[in-house]
Amino acid sequence: MEWETVIGLEIHAQLATKSKIFSGASTAYGAPPNTQACAVDLGFPGVLPVLNKQAVRMAVIFGMAIEAEIAPYSVFARKNYFYPDLPKGYQISQFELPIVGNGHLDIQVNGVSKRIGVTRAHLEEDAGKSLHEDFHGLTGIDLNRAGTPLLEIVSEPDMRSAKEAVAYMKKLHELVRYLKICDGNMQEGSFRCDANVSVRPKGQQEFGTRAEIKNINSFKFVEKAINFEVERQIDILENGGQIVQETRLYDADKDETRSMRSKEEANDYRYFPDPDLLPVIVEESLKQEIKAELPELPEAKKQRFKDQYQQDEETASQLTATMEMADYYERVVKNANCEAKLCTSWVTGTLLGALNKAGLEISDSPIEAERLAGLLQRIADNTISGKIAKQVFEEMWQGNAGADEIIEAKGLKQITDTGAIEVIIDKIIADNPAQVEQYLSGKDKVFGFFVGQVMKATQGKANPGEVNKMLKDKLK
Amino acid sequence: MHTKTIAELARGLQNREYSSVELTQHFLGRIKQAESVNAFVTVTEEQAMAVAKKADEQIAKGQAGPLTGIPIGQKDIFCTQDVKTSCGSKMLDNFISPYSATVVEKINQAGAVMLGKLNMDEFAMGSSNETSFYGAVKNPWDTTAVPGGSSGGSAAAVAARLVAGATGTDTGGSIRQPAAFCGITGLKPTYGRVSRYGMIAFASSLDQAGPMTQTVEDAAIMLQAMAGFDPKDSTSVDQPVPDYLDGLEKDIKGLKIGLIKEFFADGLDEGCAKTVQAALDEYRKMGAEIKEISLPNLKLSIPVYYVIAPAECSANLSRYDGVRFGYRCEDPKDLNDMYIRSRGEAFGAEVKRRILIGTYALSAGYYDAYYIKAQKVRRLISEDFKKAFSDVDVIMGPVTPTTAFGIGEKTSDPIEMYLSDMYTIAVNLAGLPAISIPAGFSDNKPVGLQIIGNYFAESQLLNVAHQYQKVTDWHQQLPEQFA
Repeated sequence: MEWETVIGLEIHAQLATKSKIFSGASTAYGAPPNTQACAVDLGFPGVLPVLNKQAVRMAVIFGMAIEAEIAPYSVFARKNYFYPDLPKGYQISQFELPIVGNGHLDIQVNGVSKRIGVTRAHLEEDAGKSLHEDFHGLTGIDLNRAGTPLLEIVSEPDMRSAKEAVAYMKKLHELVRYLKICDGNMQEGSFRCDANVSVRPKGQQEFGTRAEIKNINSFKFVEKAINFEVERQIDILENGGQIVQETRLYDADKDETRSMRSKEEANDYRYFPDPDLLPVIVEESLKQEIKAELPELPEAKKQRFKDQYQQDEETASQLTATMEMADYYERVVKNANCEAKLCTSWVTGTLLGALNKAGLEISDSPIEAERLAGLLQRIADNTISGKIAKQVFEEMWQGNAGADEIIEAKGLKQITDTGAIEVIIDKIIADNPAQVEQYLSGKDKVFGFFVGQVMKATQGKANPGEVNKMLKDKLK
Repeated sequence: MHTKTIAELARGLQNREYSSVELTQHFLGRIKQAESVNAFVTVTEEQAMAVAKKADEQIAKGQAGPLTGIPIGQKDIFCTQDVKTSCGSKMLDNFISPYSATVVEKINQAGAVMLGKLNMDEFAMGSSNETSFYGAVKNPWDTTAVPGGSSGGSAAAVAARLVAGATGTDTGGSIRQPAAFCGITGLKPTYGRVSRYGMIAFASSLDQAGPMTQTVEDAAIMLQAMAGFDPKDSTSVDQPVPDYLDGLEKDIKGLKIGLIKEFFADGLDEGCAKTVQAALDEYRKMGAEIKEISLPNLKLSIPVYYVIAPAECSANLSRYDGVRFGYRCEDPKDLNDMYIRSRGEAFGAEVKRRILIGTYALSAGYYDAYYIKAQKVRRLISEDFKKAFSDVDVIMGPVTPTTAFGIGEKTSDPIEMYLSDMYTIAVNLAGLPAISIPAGFSDNKPVGLQIIGNYFAESQLLNVAHQYQKVTDWHQQLPEQFA
């Protein structure tokens, strides 16, 4: 039987606010345990939550970027369950009335575009961490993360393969960083994913029973976890078994998912509106303000790059993959003041190649956009050749000098003085009568020999076009 | 000195008739003598003396306010930095808060001298102060009777003149009912008027702090210090605080008083009814118009309250899990054992009962039938009041159906106990302000008169109540034993 995979993703994006969603404590990562948790985060008796307006703003920014409905009135609810790293015994989240409603995100897989529905996105607080090592069989609790603002983004079950799921996740990852609402750091858990996976016979309308795979923290693991889960489910069904609705955990070391708890063991969270918080009112004016400030989004930027800089799909995607990349490129174009094509080939070729080799991000590039533009200017105005430019690039990578300084200091300037070139050409013709003979008798290939000799004599600084022209004249 | 009101004591301090240190010593001495009342969980003698000294310095510098140097007590539900905050529970018998409640800070700021933390029903759940881990409190008027609850310690301490004034909290009547039982004045402000930050939560949408004092004037003085917007409490209301002493003397001629028909039906003790009627006659004499009104949904208050309050408390009390603070059982086997035994051993029966009721009411399959339904009825009750206030200025009635009942009399029947709040609960559901003032005696026990005002009409309530105290002396009477 042919099977069809159905996937929906729940993504937790940690919002890049300075303080927590309901307290003034810092959200910075990596502090010693329990040093960034105040009485509110610790759930002490008598404390009350106060909503961080910045978190609301970021949620609205996200909602507007995916063209979603923004709820004018949304409500925080308490999600009740006991766990040692959940200080209050409930998590403040949104349930019936989330701040962001229906929206969508377009993904591309194998050159085909597909629209993925976003059911909702809601604000909530993160829990702390339980540490099971180093406590001699006891558990340590670190509540630094407790109260960190999260935006939980829930997709429709619109994805049909692990590849689509990864494409969606990447797209979302790119978007939240574009919007500067999440740093996207997956190692630190700023961007986490739960996947709902089911399979059904191809052509069947209703969904199969799903399993939820928890806490997958890399693109690679999402693909692997889903693929494992799909095979596991198909295996069971083809052997006449039934899928149990349950929560499963992905083990990256063993590359497998395993059961955490079944539906019967699932918590009844007893959600109810949190009486400590007022409903969140999003005024039309806030939406207008955010709309005006919304940056150019990845899709629009890519299209613009294609149109404005005559790039193909792949190049435009590469150059708009992050806001930093796109900004870098556009700064090069602006400052170089030359054909965009030259900029494109240098940024995607030489620069990204060098960065890749060095394992650096564009934001860490040793050569700033303005310096690179300076180099490209010299290529464009024929001061140096492309080949010499590579040499200058190397020098620039190592130090802080600009292209002009290096060209000057090393004497790399192209020789455009035809008199000087003529002297050299005349000497070479005089020194190599045999080759002249061969050329004049019709062996065109020998022409390359003369060009090589001239370049050698000028250390590559002669303008190749000029050399060609003059040699042709002399050898008539 | 102890027979004086806060206003009188403040004048005495200003006129150097006595110092705050002397005053504080005097009251501390009375607290020692009255230990059997069991009004205090903690007496903070040392701190009190230090604060009193500072108060005297301020008075000497002419920087005294109306509460400077005045000995008061804080209900043990308010977090106090460096002083145990038990909330009447074994769960928090070892708890010292790292911060102070806004109310505590404001009253400290005003220069009052805290003598200690006052006994209360465990987590404010109770109407008799009998659910306290620290034992029952005795009613100064009849030491075999309860002082009411949950602010029983506060009411008894003010009635026995162990403090000049005290704070209380009112979720379903916890200020007004004990004030009535103990013959003192107790004001529950509009929900949102006083910050809840640092006040240990029972039912967040109903809890409100207020003053408990001998007189209405004193209540105005204390409320002045307590009220105001607090950025730390999202449900506190950003509205200016008027000068509550300002309007006290206003003439109430022509005041329109609504009398809730339903409050005078079955269940109201005859002696209480008579006393309340006599109080209304006083108002007639002062030129007020009294008309009967009907609030048809009022009868649903108790069932609605006993869904909403437990539902909220079931979540509010989840944080007491033995992990970070409070009681943790000995040698837990594992996590579940720690949860079950810590909570099982440290919570009392009434608290457990309400957590269970609330958990049930919020559970899948019951939520709509109980919690949602209760919220809908709650809105209807609020609308009943709204309608009434389009017709009358204030609403009056009894505070309690009976006078203070005997210690142990109702502990075996929770429903019977719950019914003692039948006249107070609706006010919390609607979020309105209301005051209880002494209106006389029935069988030698105090009876209270309840006056309910419109939202943020505390000034008017205080004015109306103060005018009554000008023509009566019920509020000046002292239990013989504590004279």
